[in-house]
Amino acid sequence: MSSDRRLLVTLVVAAVALAAPWIFYPIFLMKALCLALFACAFNLLLGYAGLMSFGHAMFLGLAGYFYGHVVKAWDLSPEIGLLAGVAGAAVLGLVTGALAIRRQGIYFAMITLAFAQMVFFFCVQAPFTGGEDGLQGIPRKALLGGLIPTRDDHVLYYIVLAIFLFGFGTIYRIIHSPFGQVLKAIRDNEQRAISLGYEADRYKLLAFVLSAALAGLAGATKAMVLQFATLTDVSAGMSGEVVLMALVGGLGTIVGPVVGAFIIVTMQNYLAFAGEFVLVIQGAIFVVIVLAFRKGVVGELAEWWKRRRPAATTPKPAE
Amino acid sequence: MFELIGIPPQALFGQLLLGLINGAFYAMLSLGLAVIFGMLNVINFTHGAQYMMGAFAAWLLLGLLDIPFWASLVLAPIIVGLFGVLLERLLLKRIYHLDHLYGFLLTFGLALVIEGLFQWRWGSSGAPYPSPIPGGYNLGFMFLPTYRGFVVLAALVICLATWYGIERTRLGAYLRAATENPTLVRAFGINVPRLITLTYGLGVGLAALAGVLAAPIQQVSPLMGTNLVLVVFAVVVIGGMGSIMGSIVTGFGLGLIEGLTKVFYPPASNTIIFVVMALVLLVKPAGLFGQTK
Repeated sequence: MSSDRRLLVTLVVAAVALAAPWIFYPIFLMKALCLALFACAFNLLLGYAGLMSFGHAMFLGLAGYFYGHVVKAWDLSPEIGLLAGVAGAAVLGLVTGALAIRRQGIYFAMITLAFAQMVFFFCVQAPFTGGEDGLQGIPRKALLGGLIPTRDDHVLYYIVLAIFLFGFGTIYRIIHSPFGQVLKAIRDNEQRAISLGYEADRYKLLAFVLSAALAGLAGATKAMVLQFATLTDVSAGMSGEVVLMALVGGLGTIVGPVVGAFIIVTMQNYLAFAGEFVLVIQGAIFVVIVLAFRKGVVGELAEWWKRRRPAATTPKPAE
Repeated sequence: MFELIGIPPQALFGQLLLGLINGAFYAMLSLGLAVIFGMLNVINFTHGAQYMMGAFAAWLLLGLLDIPFWASLVLAPIIVGLFGVLLERLLLKRIYHLDHLYGFLLTFGLALVIEGLFQWRWGSSGAPYPSPIPGGYNLGFMFLPTYRGFVVLAALVICLATWYGIERTRLGAYLRAATENPTLVRAFGINVPRLITLTYGLGVGLAALAGVLAAPIQQVSPLMGTNLVLVVFAVVVIGGMGSIMGSIVTGFGLGLIEGLTKVFYPPASNTIIFVVMALVLLVKPAGLFGQTK
């Protein structure tokens, strides 16, 4: 894309993002943004480090509980709540990640799944999570010591948008940093990266912790928006959903998970009446994507764009 | 009556029996997972759903056609196994050339579809299945329901038969050879794709058989396999999928550990297997019986 065109696309996206809450239901948009950030964090790990976590809900859910507990039970400010959520998820990521990277490939997925299940049972029993009822009625407090009120959904939307952009920008920076290049090298050929002197395990662990922390940011923000934290967000179903979002949008593309998250959240919104049937549809999407559209929506579109303009194959300077 | 560190023996042995029964199911299911993974290179996430289908098949056979438990023990695994063959022929065989991840995702999606459809048709609360051998024995230190004793024995026989079938028969030798080097085995004129289909059918049948055995103990419900399959994954990580005997020993062993935890520290009983998994990963990352491939 030429730089003019890129600027145009950016402006259009920015205009849509700014105008959206006046057209669509803001709560819906905020929930979608939180899950989009969650999917981006997941994709950082799978798409760029080649590590498939099937337990990412543990970071989302636990951070939500931490946020709720800090803001409601301890009566502290939402900023501290967000920090607590991110920090909690990062520490959990450090512990589970250090163990999970000891195995590779499909075992890694099974181990993260098992740890997420353990965290789920912990949350069912732990006193501060409210068990089956969850944490309800988390108060919405003003940010920055009372400067920014958050009771109005429209105002809160712009805060959530800012948080999302912060998370998204962080991921963009990580991917395009030297660290990100090493991650990609490990993803594509771990033995070779090790032989070049990179300590693959340390890079993988750092990627895992970063991804967990960003998933935690998504979870804490979600609790701030919806004012509750429940077991759904720590469940294996949520871990599967985030995989689906990244897969539908396109693994290893930076905007894919955002598109995927909006598609899935919209679908759930319109199919809420179908009850259990939503699961059937989600499962069917998994099957169809794995069999036929492994690149996802964004990946297939990019492919189509490239095919349409075969002239533009001159090598671009590295970004 | 004697007492053990303040625990009444009825409670202790009762939980041990329960642990043994859970362990029997872990062993049967992880065995099927290991056999399928060895041949197809796919972690079969649908395993829990197929276990559930086995229980449902038995329940439907009884309710609709009045077919007794003992006949279901043979019929249900065949029906569900044939369904597995169909899945393999139609869907799974298309993804063998891809990364393991895609097999995991495909079978996860299938599990969602199957469990969702069953929930949609029969609701999620479940239905009881009458015990085929009611009654029990009073062993003095505990009461042993006959059927539960039978399940433990049956599971042992099934596990050992599977071990014998794979390690000691000609078909098993073909299987092991094809796992090792499919191209070479094919060059010898053995139909490897058919062998793969057969393996998947057998693995699925094994899961269904476990489901039939579980029907009289648990409620027959669409979600009965959902959490079980997650625990079985942990069992597989602990044991490693390298050896058949390893899967059996690990399955039963973890069931017993879980049972003991229920006696001595009940709050941890749901998580103990995952804790064991974390410890094993620290000490022996490849799993107790695993070789790193």
